Amino acid sequence: MRGQPSLCDVLTPQSLQEALSLRVAHPEARPLAGGTDLMVPFAAGRLPDRLFLNLWGLEELRGITVSDGEVTCGALTLFREIAVHPLMQREFPNLVRSAKVTGALAIQSRGSLGGNIANGSPAADTPPSLLVYGSELQLTSLRGSRWVPYADFHTGYKRSLLAPDELITLIRLARLGDGGFHYFRKVGTRQAQAISKVSLAAWARTGNGQIQELRIALGSVAPMPIRARGAEKALLGRSVTNPPLDAALEALQADISPIDDLRSSAQFRRKVAGNLLADMLRGLVSA
Amino acid sequence: MKDYAHIGRSVLRREGRAKLTGAALFTDDLKIEGLLYGATVRSREPRGRIKGIHFEEGFPWEEFIIVTARDIPGKNVVAHLQQDQPCLADGVINHAEEAIVLLAHPDPLRVQDARARVRVDVEPLPTVLSIEESLACDPVIWGQDNVFKTILITKGDPDGARVKGHFQLEATYRTGAQEQLYIEPNAMIGEATAEGVLVRGSMQCPYYVHHALHEMFHLPLEKIRVVQVETGGGFGGKEDYPSMLACHVALLSWKAGGRPVKIAYDREEDMACTTKRHPSRTRIRSAFGADGTLLALDVELILDGGAYMTLSPVVLSRAAIHASGPYRCSNLRVHAQALATNTPPHGAFRGFGAPQSLFAIERHMDEAAQHLGLDPAELRRRNLLHTGDAMATGQIMRDEVDLVALMDRALTEIRYAEKRASYPTLNAGDDPVKRGVGFSVFMHGGGFTGSAESTLNSVVALEGTAGGRVRVLAASTEMGQGANTVFTQVAAEALQAPVDLIEVVPPDTALVPNSGPTVASRTTQVVGKLVLDAGLAMRKTLLEAGLLADGDVAAAIRTYVARHGALRTESRYQKPDFVEWDDATYRGDAYATYAWACYAADLRVDLVTYETQVADFVAVQEVGRVLNPTLAAGQIEGGVAQGIGWGLNEEVIWRQGSMANHQMSNYLMATAADLPRIRVFFEERPYAYGPGGAKGLGELPMDGPASALLNGVQHALGLVPRQVPLTPEVLMDLVEGA
Repeated sequence: MRGQPSLCDVLTPQSLQEALSLRVAHPEARPLAGGTDLMVPFAAGRLPDRLFLNLWGLEELRGITVSDGEVTCGALTLFREIAVHPLMQREFPNLVRSAKVTGALAIQSRGSLGGNIANGSPAADTPPSLLVYGSELQLTSLRGSRWVPYADFHTGYKRSLLAPDELITLIRLARLGDGGFHYFRKVGTRQAQAISKVSLAAWARTGNGQIQELRIALGSVAPMPIRARGAEKALLGRSVTNPPLDAALEALQADISPIDDLRSSAQFRRKVAGNLLADMLRGLVSA
Repeated sequence: MKDYAHIGRSVLRREGRAKLTGAALFTDDLKIEGLLYGATVRSREPRGRIKGIHFEEGFPWEEFIIVTARDIPGKNVVAHLQQDQPCLADGVINHAEEAIVLLAHPDPLRVQDARARVRVDVEPLPTVLSIEESLACDPVIWGQDNVFKTILITKGDPDGARVKGHFQLEATYRTGAQEQLYIEPNAMIGEATAEGVLVRGSMQCPYYVHHALHEMFHLPLEKIRVVQVETGGGFGGKEDYPSMLACHVALLSWKAGGRPVKIAYDREEDMACTTKRHPSRTRIRSAFGADGTLLALDVELILDGGAYMTLSPVVLSRAAIHASGPYRCSNLRVHAQALATNTPPHGAFRGFGAPQSLFAIERHMDEAAQHLGLDPAELRRRNLLHTGDAMATGQIMRDEVDLVALMDRALTEIRYAEKRASYPTLNAGDDPVKRGVGFSVFMHGGGFTGSAESTLNSVVALEGTAGGRVRVLAASTEMGQGANTVFTQVAAEALQAPVDLIEVVPPDTALVPNSGPTVASRTTQVVGKLVLDAGLAMRKTLLEAGLLADGDVAAAIRTYVARHGALRTESRYQKPDFVEWDDATYRGDAYATYAWACYAADLRVDLVTYETQVADFVAVQEVGRVLNPTLAAGQIEGGVAQGIGWGLNEEVIWRQGSMANHQMSNYLMATAADLPRIRVFFEERPYAYGPGGAKGLGELPMDGPASALLNGVQHALGLVPRQVPLTPEVLMDLVEGA
């Protein structure tokens, strides 16, 4: 291991209140939830942080709560908890599928939804699903709590609305009811334990042969997880059986801005993002 | 076939229980008093002159052991075939990740911290980073012309025959580097003073390490001792590199006055700096008669050897000899070269050159079949070798193997004819998932090439103990492949004793004779035969002493040792009478025998993602008598998994001569989810010169999967892929360019 534990300190608050106080007292302390994103660069000696704020023990941040209109997940909700939750499986299948393809079982049993969001990786697996379900985040500091649409949260590569004194505390999903169409596909080349090259999630509702509601989001094709608003616009209100595929594909290309990196090429990402959109529309017809 | 008591039975892996329970101790597990932890400062540049080495000011360097090339007591070389590779770079750098400075400290984290505080100033020199640049000699980076070795095999009149052919085809095939990804990264512990050198660690070839230490220290042979510790996989990756690492830990210990020093690479360092499979480029020009008869083959094969020679000439030799595949061809030329580039040296990896050249010929046959309007199976049916035919080097095929029948068995198992006919219709529909079925036919020579087994002159000893047990003494290492178990079975068979009586001694050069390196599919076939002969000799000794009347071997040994003080028998390699080889002309019996196989794959290509998934895989092979069915099937399954990885996803991404994706998260080896059920079938025809009739089989399964898969992709899409790995990115270009 190349990380230097002896040079590091970990602050472990006993309550959310204490955690928020420590956030103010030590703004340089890196919040540490499941640690699945941070421990890899740490072991490789590539994590610059020396002080960590350990959130793992904060029971206030755990648990999935279901009410009539919404589902609320504590920021420390584990991927595994989402994957096995019966209501999530029924009503938010994209989120369940994306949780199930995040890392390996060990990672899913330690990694958290809040951590996944806060880490801000454009390649993270759950954000596209969170985007298409219109989720909202509760950000909390000693100053109080505020709700922001998740779609507005990421502002650039690893940048977000989270203030230095805030923590993500809750993730809220409005229940969509039955009859929707859900699509999620991750392209990681390897069938398990892969970092995505492209991922696409979609949710739609059709009626009278038309696409009445549609949300599309992608991972690994921009500096952050994004909604494909251009492609959505090209398809909304259009025929399910004969959607304007070319226009939607063209709009999608304007929505995304992929790069070449070690995992794939910009060209591949552009092409496959389009293929996924077409695949999603094929599925919508036969749904 | 003869019925044996132990041979042919799935005796449990001897060290399996210890490995399963965690009782087995690997190098990094050993607790050693006063241990120092070593680390290596490496070059970033692929080529240059070292202008200075700077140690950060204000850092307590006095706490550290520091070694540079100047501290080497003997020659600054890692001795392999040629002494061109320094143990530590001195003055010049020839590849990225080349070792320059060694550090050691009692605190493993401190030494990692210190590593980042050494700066090496390098004046860059022009580089050679591809086969093409090396061929162009711009610049020359090794010898006169960047060529480590050239091999020419000729037969008949390839140029004349090619012109006369009814149909000619020329195509170039490429294969990429591949990382072995043994579970345990390289690790070694050294203790060295003028009184003696002891190195313990993870390795395949204790006597290679012994030789390298001898050359570097200039100490008498008997003062050097090398001990293999439980080894977590090798696949060739621990054939030559451990010699380098052994020299490093021993040097650090030498400088530290003999204190033990350990270097255990983490995965990133292991992937970045150790050897990989040679990348290759193979151009094949062929000619066929109107009936599909292969009239001429002209193969130009090039391996990228990296910055130093290491094992490249030998890898090249095996690649060249296997280049014409299992086919009859009277007019043939194989021109093979290993070239220098400024990348870390490429080395041994299961298959050792054969996967590269067999990939090319097996793809070429499917391409030719398409042009000729013949089914690939039919084209092979008309050209496969038969017993008595002459192979590329003029070797007469002695193995009584019906290759057509072997192929047909695989094709029947995969339901080839039905799928070959029905898939095109299915694929014409809207489903973006296309189906294909493909196969390959190939062979793998067992043991060292040509006269090299005679040169190795391997020896195995068996020892009876006072307690009535039998110890097998050989330098052949257990690295997960099952050597311990097979040796145990063979020794027990020879002695007609229970397997529990047999103990295979962990290799230690102070105790075991040199039975040669653990490579080249030779351990069972060649060394196993020596174990058998030594066992038979021991049984004869006991019989002649009149001690086996009641068949109790343990009692007989106890009595014998009590009477005579010791019981030891040895066996030395004797080449089969028929083997004749001329290294100058590359004529003769390249290998005493071959294992033969046909592998078939049924696959799906998803045109949404350009991913290829293998749905079913059939591996049929003839490997002589199978000594241990469970272990043998495991070897085949593992080799097929590695072959599928090499064929589809395992891509080493080079940036400035350095592996950029040196992590398991971005170098994508296949997981269980990526692999089909691998169905393994053996044809057993006992080989007269192997123990119980066995041939080598460890490398064979690496040779066939890649071409079988790409042949299946050709069937699925009607496209002509010519390179591996056939990553989704490469396939996208092929599909979209079509």
